[in-house]
Amino acid sequence: MLGRLSWDAIPFNEPLPLISGAVVVIIIVTVLGYITLKGWVPYLWREWLTSVDHKRIGVMYMTLGLIMLLRGYSDAIMMRTQQTIAVGDAQGYLPPSHYDQIFSAHGTIMIFFVAMPLVIGLMNFVVPLQLGVRDVAFPVLNSVSFWLTASGALLINLSLVIGNFARTSWWNYPPLSELAFSPDVGVDYYLWSLQISGIGSLMTGVNFVTTILKLRAPGMTYFRMPVFCWTALASNMLIVAAFPVLTATFAMLLLDRYLGMHFFTNDFGGNQMMYANLFWAWGHPEVYILILPAFGVYSEVIATFSGKGLFSYRSMVLATLGICILSFMVWLHHFFTMGAGADVNAFFGIMSSIIGVPTGVKIFNWLFTMYRGRIVFTAPVLWSVGFMVTFVIGGLTGVLLAVPPVDFVLHNSAFLVAHFHNVIIGGVVFAVFAGYQYWFPKVFGFTLDDRWGKASFWCWLIGFYLAFTPLYILGLMGMTRRLQHIPDPSWQPLLIVAELGAVVIFLGVLCTIVQLYVSIRTREQRRDLTGDPWNGRTLEWSTTSPPPAYNFAVLPRVETIDAFWEMKRRGLTPVEPRYEPIEVPRNSPTGFITAFFAVVTGFALIWHIWWVVILGLLAAAITIMVFGWSDNREREITVSEIARVEQARLGARGRA
Amino acid sequence: MTIAETDFVPADVARGRGGGGPAPTRTVVAYGFWIFLLSDFILFSGLFAAYAVLSNQTAGGPSGAELFNLRNVFIETMCLLLSSYSCGIGALAAERRHVDYFYVSAVFTFLLGAAFLFIEFSEFANMINAGAGPSRSAFLSAFFTLVGTHGAHVTLGLLWFIYMIAQVYAKGLRPHVLRRLLCFSLFWHALDIVWIGVLTLVYLMGAR
Amino acid sequence: MDRDEHVFDDRTPGVEEHEPSASYVSYTVGLALAILATIASFVVSQTNLLWPPGIAVGLLVLAIAQIGVHLVFFLHLGSGSDNTNNILALAYGVWIVFLVITGSIWIIANLHANMMDM
Repeated sequence: MLGRLSWDAIPFNEPLPLISGAVVVIIIVTVLGYITLKGWVPYLWREWLTSVDHKRIGVMYMTLGLIMLLRGYSDAIMMRTQQTIAVGDAQGYLPPSHYDQIFSAHGTIMIFFVAMPLVIGLMNFVVPLQLGVRDVAFPVLNSVSFWLTASGALLINLSLVIGNFARTSWWNYPPLSELAFSPDVGVDYYLWSLQISGIGSLMTGVNFVTTILKLRAPGMTYFRMPVFCWTALASNMLIVAAFPVLTATFAMLLLDRYLGMHFFTNDFGGNQMMYANLFWAWGHPEVYILILPAFGVYSEVIATFSGKGLFSYRSMVLATLGICILSFMVWLHHFFTMGAGADVNAFFGIMSSIIGVPTGVKIFNWLFTMYRGRIVFTAPVLWSVGFMVTFVIGGLTGVLLAVPPVDFVLHNSAFLVAHFHNVIIGGVVFAVFAGYQYWFPKVFGFTLDDRWGKASFWCWLIGFYLAFTPLYILGLMGMTRRLQHIPDPSWQPLLIVAELGAVVIFLGVLCTIVQLYVSIRTREQRRDLTGDPWNGRTLEWSTTSPPPAYNFAVLPRVETIDAFWEMKRRGLTPVEPRYEPIEVPRNSPTGFITAFFAVVTGFALIWHIWWVVILGLLAAAITIMVFGWSDNREREITVSEIARVEQARLGARGRA
Repeated sequence: MTIAETDFVPADVARGRGGGGPAPTRTVVAYGFWIFLLSDFILFSGLFAAYAVLSNQTAGGPSGAELFNLRNVFIETMCLLLSSYSCGIGALAAERRHVDYFYVSAVFTFLLGAAFLFIEFSEFANMINAGAGPSRSAFLSAFFTLVGTHGAHVTLGLLWFIYMIAQVYAKGLRPHVLRRLLCFSLFWHALDIVWIGVLTLVYLMGAR
Repeated sequence: MDRDEHVFDDRTPGVEEHEPSASYVSYTVGLALAILATIASFVVSQTNLLWPPGIAVGLLVLAIAQIGVHLVFFLHLGSGSDNTNNILALAYGVWIVFLVITGSIWIIANLHANMMDM
């Protein structure tokens, strides 16, 4: 009746997951209860849960990402602590079976449910505004994408309290992940959660490629698009190209586990190395999916706060497209040691070195943009400068690892762990914070407190170097990754420093939380009345903060790069434009309902509750059919409504 | 600070260089679906790659040469090709609002697609009954998954097509219905393209 | 946004409105060519008409021909200069498919060569 689900699934005899799970459940119930009692449910349903507005969806993605950052970070500090104390005879507080789940969950959550949502959230909010249009190509699909991602996040977090998570690392290699060696639900949680959110990501890719190529303001030719939109395009092209490979790979492993097939089993001819090969064929483009929009953020921030146009726009675009192409030609560097011959290793080693070149071009372009600019050292600029230093170091260690003989020494060592955290934290996380600070006033109508932002930056920067420099050294000393117990006591001092670094990063996270609290409390003093708090260059700054639902009453006519800067330079006075009725998409519950059934079906698949699976799939099919039958998915905003909103915002701007 | 949202026309509203403003809905929908189809091709490429790597891992079991019946494969191929053709004819008829021709071609499209599926299911059933099911060897896992995924796409396509015929009947050939039909016909042609790959790489090369 | 205005000629695969070449005749020509190429594939594979070591290449060429017929005659790809987006997207997709399949085959074959005999 309930498959293999039973009361044993709840970890009553394991205090750590039990207590942490109980705490989380209590928090969630309290929050939901509070929301319900305050009567906010209809508002939330109408304005957020069923919204198909890219701006709302962007905020929801960012919220999801930031909350999951707390979960992923908790895993990190637990691992750091375990490694600090479990030296020599001490066993630490996390038995191997738990430790293995924690490092698996840490990687999986950070990549799929922190980095991806944060980056996609930024793109969601900003890209249509920068393109001068009203929404993405497929707004309802956008909502479905978000809710599928949230479904995956929910499923993974359920594994904390019901059952267990995978112990197989965030790559989930067979044969360890096959039924013979991982018979419990952990690997299934991993696979189904990521399959579900993977569909969401793929839909986002299709949506944004179409939007950027087919929906732009009149006059915005390709070489007048903001660089952030170019990087968004490249990133989404990579999503469309890479995620199907992951879907196919996970499908094959699922077929092995559920239907007894032999793609990657030890017997009957399975080939485990094929999993590694296909996984990384997705895995390498994935990191470029994350870093390209980050590069775009830096381009926007640096240009704006230097008061200059980006240096060499064309070479930036070419570098971006170059990275897009090259990123699909390096994936073997993740398994140099798996046994390929010298020719294969050499090819991929050389390609991996070459891919550093376009990034180098970008770094120089940013430096030349800042050179002789009038730089305003706000928090986003600090994040950007911190990125340039940190990411270059991380990139250099990457080029070092790209040399196969070196990688034979350092593969899967702590050095590697330091390298990829170096580039992801220095690259992606710093960009997210820069973009968060930079675009926050556009989203919510008031700026964030800059001092707390700077405090957060310094904590993250110092904390990062404290946490990961020791790992570089330890890697060279021979420490491997994923150790639950430290065999060599001479490593402990460095591990203590790393733990200190993790604590300092935590202070940075706290600073960000405090910043939000303080900013909300003092928001009236920092209202953005003009819509352009930073003297921006691109079209999103021509709207109010926050923009109206339809973004632009009249689509802007674009003649140059940095269209808004040009408009300001020409100083054209606002003529009352001829308003026409605007059609905006209606809200739709399709996304939320799809998510609900995705979670139910996913859970039932994990626990082998087959009748629920069938019902869930039927429900999903019905949802699709109901949505697919609908005729009128848009509602009209009348001319008088537009005039009223525009008058109000022009009035507010006049008062600024 | 002043805003400039006036009605001046840009000097270069270049055609084809994307400076003409947002594309019409039909173009946007069709292009988006095309991108989705390309992602589907890439999904199949993952399965093709697995098949290529595992195609001689028969684990002592039967190989493709022993199992494949090329006469049936030829009939399947013709069914799918003719189904694709009649789908195209039907799409053309729908564009020109010849709704009767559309229904006639729709029937052919559906029946030919169903015939393809029938032959494929029988082939699978025979193989499983003969002990050559997907769990017999890595080769067979890869075969059943690759060809079966294509068959699953065809099945879903036929269900979608019934749904579309119902929409045409209930709503007529209105613009949004036509857009959905356009997506379906893109899908159907793309499935035939994937089948060409399956035919060549799995059956014709495997049967040697 | 001006949704249904045909402001410019951007084309997508399958969109036939302004497409003078999309006609019942062109579909039928495509069908005939596809049938020919399909039969040729079967003949090449099952007989020795082609020099045996070249059969694999011949089959690949014929497959590409069949796919080309589908793209041109059924999906109307390639007609008109405004089809650039569609061709570029297809080229990108083909490139990725090529990388995934040939990359995997090359890598796995290389790994296999270094495996012990089982």
